[in-house]
Amino acid sequence: MRGLRVFGAALLLGAAAACAPAQADPAGPRTIEIWLHHSRFESSTIQADAGETLRFVIVNTDPIDHEFIVGDDAVQELHEVGTEAHHDPRPGEVTVIAGETVMTTYTLGEQDLLFGCHVPGHWAYGMRGVVLVG
Amino acid sequence: MRRLRLLVPITAVFLVLFVASPALACGGLIAPNGSVQLVRTTTLAAYHEGVEHYVTSFEFAGDGEFGSLVPLPGVPTKVIRGGDWTLQRLALETQPQPTGELAFAAEAGAADQARVILETKIDALDVVVLEGGAVSVGKWAREHGFLLPPDAPEVLEFYAKRSPIFMAVRYDGSRAADQGLAAGDGTPVHVVIPTTNPWVPLRILALGAPAEAPVEADVYLLTDGEPATLPVPIGPDEASALGEEIRSGLVLERSEAASPTLLADLRSDKGMSWLPSEDVWLTYLRVDVRAGDLTYDLAIDASGAGRPAPVAAGLDPVATDANGSGPALWVALALIAAFVVVGELERRRSGRPAF
Repeated sequence: MRGLRVFGAALLLGAAAACAPAQADPAGPRTIEIWLHHSRFESSTIQADAGETLRFVIVNTDPIDHEFIVGDDAVQELHEVGTEAHHDPRPGEVTVIAGETVMTTYTLGEQDLLFGCHVPGHWAYGMRGVVLVG
Repeated sequence: MRRLRLLVPITAVFLVLFVASPALACGGLIAPNGSVQLVRTTTLAAYHEGVEHYVTSFEFAGDGEFGSLVPLPGVPTKVIRGGDWTLQRLALETQPQPTGELAFAAEAGAADQARVILETKIDALDVVVLEGGAVSVGKWAREHGFLLPPDAPEVLEFYAKRSPIFMAVRYDGSRAADQGLAAGDGTPVHVVIPTTNPWVPLRILALGAPAEAPVEADVYLLTDGEPATLPVPIGPDEASALGEEIRSGLVLERSEAASPTLLADLRSDKGMSWLPSEDVWLTYLRVDVRAGDLTYDLAIDASGAGRPAPVAAGLDPVATDANGSGPALWVALALIAAFVVVGELERRRSGRPAF
C-alpha cells in the first residue's frame, strides 16, 4: 500500500516537473515532500531561502482527511476558526483527502512561516510545523 | 466442566470522546449536525466454552444520528438485542452509582476495502460488523459519515494489528423517537464471538480525548477461578495513597466468589442462560487514568496458568502476520542475529573479552 502511494507521489512529482513552466531557475522550484501519518507531519521543520518558491507534495497515508496550510500566525488563526470544510486550491492552502497525494506551490517572503492542519482538533493535536526562512 | 472464564461489563466514559471537543472536531462518531450526544455506553463481555459474549448498552440524547466504532477480538456469529438488566445488576452488585460505558478489542488485516460481514438493526441502532485493516476500516467509517478524531488512525492501527474485526454502531435519533425511546434509554447489544483469546479493549476509551482528560471505566470479570491480568492492578489502598493528582491506572476494587443471588439474577435475563449458576469468581477493576497514559488493553488469563499475554494487552508488538508465518519475527530474529555476529566480530577485532 505504502509502495503504491510512493509510486503515486513519484508520478505526481514527475508530472509536476514535466509541466512546470520555464523559470529563472532551470531546475524549477525545490520540491518538499511531506508525509502525513497518524495525524502527524513526519517533518516539522523546513529550511528555505528568502523569496524561494517551494513545491510541496503532501502524501496522506491516514484514513482521515487533513489540510496543509502555509502562512503566518494570522493565516493560521483564520483557518483555525474558519468554517470551510474543504479548500479550493490556493497557493499554500490545500485539502488532503484520506489516502491521497496533492501538491501546492508557495513563494516565501522574508519571514518565517508556519504550516499545519486545521481540520477541527488537528492543530491542537500537534499537526503543525515551521518554515525557517534565511 | 464449566468453562466460564470471563465476564466483563464495562461502564466507562466514551462521553469524553463526544463532548470534549466541538462537534465537527470530535470524534468519530458524532453526526455533522452535532445534535446527538452520547450520554453513556455500557458494555459487558463474557467468555464461556470458547465463546465470548459482549453485551453493550448505548444511551444517547438528541434526535440526529450518532455512531461508535468498537474493535472486536473475533468474527461474531450473531448480534442480537441484549438482556434488559444484566449490566445494571452487575453494577449494582459492586457499585451503587454506575457511570460510563466501554469498548472492545480486535487485531489486524490490511485489505484495501473493509468487508461487511454482518449487518443488523437493533431498536434505533444500525449495527455493521467489518473486517479490514486500520486504513480500510477508517476509510469505510469516513465514507459512512463517521467523523474520526485525529488520533483515530493510530488507535485503529493499534487494534487492527491484533484483530481485523470492528463493529460500527450508528444511532438514529429520529428512529428512536418513532419507537418512543426517550433520552437516557439504553439499548443493549449482545455480540457472540467464538474466540480462543478474549481480551478487553481499554485504549479505545481514550479515543479523541485530550491527553490530560480523565478516563474512568468499570470492568467486571467473572471467571472460573481468580484470573491473572496484565497490566497488574493495584489495590484501592495503594490508589488512595497516591493522592488526587495522580491517576493510578488500574485499581482492583473487588475480587471474590460471585454470590448465588448475583448469578441467579444474571441467568434470568434474556440471553444469559449460558452463565453457570455457581463457582464463578467476580473481579471488579476500576480504570482511572489520564487519556494520554491509556496506551494498553486488559489481557486476562483465567486458565489458572497465571500468564496473561503482553500482546493481548497491547504491550508487545504483534510478531506474526495474518498467515501466521511470522515474517516480522523472523526479520527481528535475523536482525538480532546480525547484531550478535557484528558484535562478535567487533569483539574479536578489539580483543575485548565476551561478557
